[in-house]
Amino acid sequence: MDAEPPRRAALARILDPLAAPVAAGVATIVIFGLFVSLAGRNPLEVYRLMAVGAFGSWFSWQNTLLRASPLLLTGLCTALPAQMGLVIIGGEGAFVIGGLAAIAAGLPFADAGAPAFVVWIAMGIAGMAAGGALIATAGALRHWRGVNETISSLLLSSIAIAVMNQIVEGPMRDPASLNKPSTRPLPDADLIGNLPGMDVHWGLALGLIACVLAWLLMRRTTFGFAARIVGGNSRAARMAGLPVGMMMVIVTGLGGAAAGLGGMIEVAAVQGDANANIAAGYGLSGILVAFLARQHPLAIIPVAVLLGGISASDGLLQRRLDLPDAAVLVLQGILFVALLAGEGLPSWSEWKARMSR
Amino acid sequence: MERVESEDEPVNDASLGLWTVPIAVLGGAIRVSTPFLFVSLGELVTEKSGRINLGLEGTLIMGAMSGFGVAYLTGSPWLGVLAAGLVGVMFGALHAAICSLPRVNDIAVGIALMIFGIGLAFYLGKPLVQPKAPTLPALPLGFWSDIPQVRAALEVNALFIVGLVFTPILSWALANTRWGLIVRMVGDSSEAARALGYSPLWVRLYATCFGGFMAGVGGSFLSLYYPGSWSEGLSSGQGITAVALVIFARWNPLACFGASLLFGGAGALGPALQAVGVTSGTYLLNAAPYFLTLLILVFSSSSRRRVAGAPGELSVTK
Repeated sequence: MDAEPPRRAALARILDPLAAPVAAGVATIVIFGLFVSLAGRNPLEVYRLMAVGAFGSWFSWQNTLLRASPLLLTGLCTALPAQMGLVIIGGEGAFVIGGLAAIAAGLPFADAGAPAFVVWIAMGIAGMAAGGALIATAGALRHWRGVNETISSLLLSSIAIAVMNQIVEGPMRDPASLNKPSTRPLPDADLIGNLPGMDVHWGLALGLIACVLAWLLMRRTTFGFAARIVGGNSRAARMAGLPVGMMMVIVTGLGGAAAGLGGMIEVAAVQGDANANIAAGYGLSGILVAFLARQHPLAIIPVAVLLGGISASDGLLQRRLDLPDAAVLVLQGILFVALLAGEGLPSWSEWKARMSR
Repeated sequence: MERVESEDEPVNDASLGLWTVPIAVLGGAIRVSTPFLFVSLGELVTEKSGRINLGLEGTLIMGAMSGFGVAYLTGSPWLGVLAAGLVGVMFGALHAAICSLPRVNDIAVGIALMIFGIGLAFYLGKPLVQPKAPTLPALPLGFWSDIPQVRAALEVNALFIVGLVFTPILSWALANTRWGLIVRMVGDSSEAARALGYSPLWVRLYATCFGGFMAGVGGSFLSLYYPGSWSEGLSSGQGITAVALVIFARWNPLACFGASLLFGGAGALGPALQAVGVTSGTYLLNAAPYFLTLLILVFSSSSRRRVAGAPGELSVTK
């Protein structure tokens, strides 16, 4: 018998999926280090400042968590449909349209003097419904019209951003917003506040809950099991009588709803109104988060914190080393490219199998 | 068009009346469509070989930055165009090399290179925001008219002419030359290509490099002709739109030319209407190409059949 003992097999199951991201991380540190060296900076100093800027103090931790919280939700927009084998890249549009729908639903309640939690519930439902509908359209088109979900979600996202800009500058524009076209702001009493004892709003808690719920749904329920069967082999799933189309609409809709909730939080906790700033690239970074987390809902949490930390450190890098803010974008790009290249390399057990042959 | 001139009213915007809109749209369409044309012709060849490169937005912005930088340093805008194309080739080669590895998704690689390209261009382009570089020449094809608006509209930039000449050549080459045949065969069935002794990975490498070259040149148009300077807000997503445009044109180079003009016209309609006082609706007009492409996809495909005219190996139409 040459079967591995069960404990080592279990260890390999945990370590195997980590091998590629860790290798990609190491490669990124080396390549980005060379890059900043060419720019005349000491790479060790760059990384030290990054660590300080991201995790060095309670202040920087809060900044990091603040930037991580939208990524938790936009990451789910790609990671949830990925369980069914779908590549969705429209998180930016779902985020933006969710924010717009949320303010549109919230203002009437706020005007009528409803309690804050009623306003938030209305905003949350509207935001999730709008984001969910946008991405569910991509899922439905994929199943019933055979339209590729990647391209359609990209197109839908661009359309959603245009609709947001149009409405914010047109029908919903607050005449008082002169230089930066915005909707009317929420009253201060209806803004989502901070977590107790922190300078981080409640969106962080909602994002964490969403990731855990997504994990429970996909790994601990029959529905999630069925969804992952579709992801493995959709023809077999159809033969087994699974309602593949309905499931695709539900899962893409949930992904979009997560991003839409992110947009609602951005409006209700950060901006206070809807304006062009809500299309700040959280959806695009969410794609990177989902791929780095290998589409695992729980792995999204540490990855989002890591990326949030990288972006939180850019202020310090600019001030101390005069590195342009785009350095963070370069680092993210290298990390993403290295990770994808790493996926193509043989995994640890594959490599061992090949070497022992 | 007949012009009515009275003694006390010289030719100006007002006397042209509503004619200013179509004239401005024509001029704008030529100007706005030029980057679309180059990026989409390049992406068309890449997709014909069976691969999609979504990273062209990053390539375009890198092309704009490097083209501007080289034109500024050498004083020659055409050297800038060439440099932009070569940078595009490098990005195309990177995309193709990573996609050659097993289990790698070409769409994800495209998004990764988009982020990388945009970041790198912004990073390296910081010192280029202030200076002025020489711009590309334009041909005054409106010389026959003495209406200034017509003259302005028919100031056709040199790159557009290059694209105009190149489109039928590419169309002919894809249909009739040995290279065109190989690219199409690899795109339709890599097994058939392999059986005939052609390596799909190498053919796709060349096709993706070509796509990168064209996207880089398209980007150089932005920084070297219109708007004619380098800034971080230079691109409004032309690289992504061009990917949609290839699908809209159903992988036909001649249709790409028409679609570029159409998309360019939609983009130019907003500013033209603004000039005569209509200011609402410009965002939706800019998004019209996405909506049209989505409609085309919805109506030309079905759950049983692939999009008509699509290369057989292309992941996004399977």
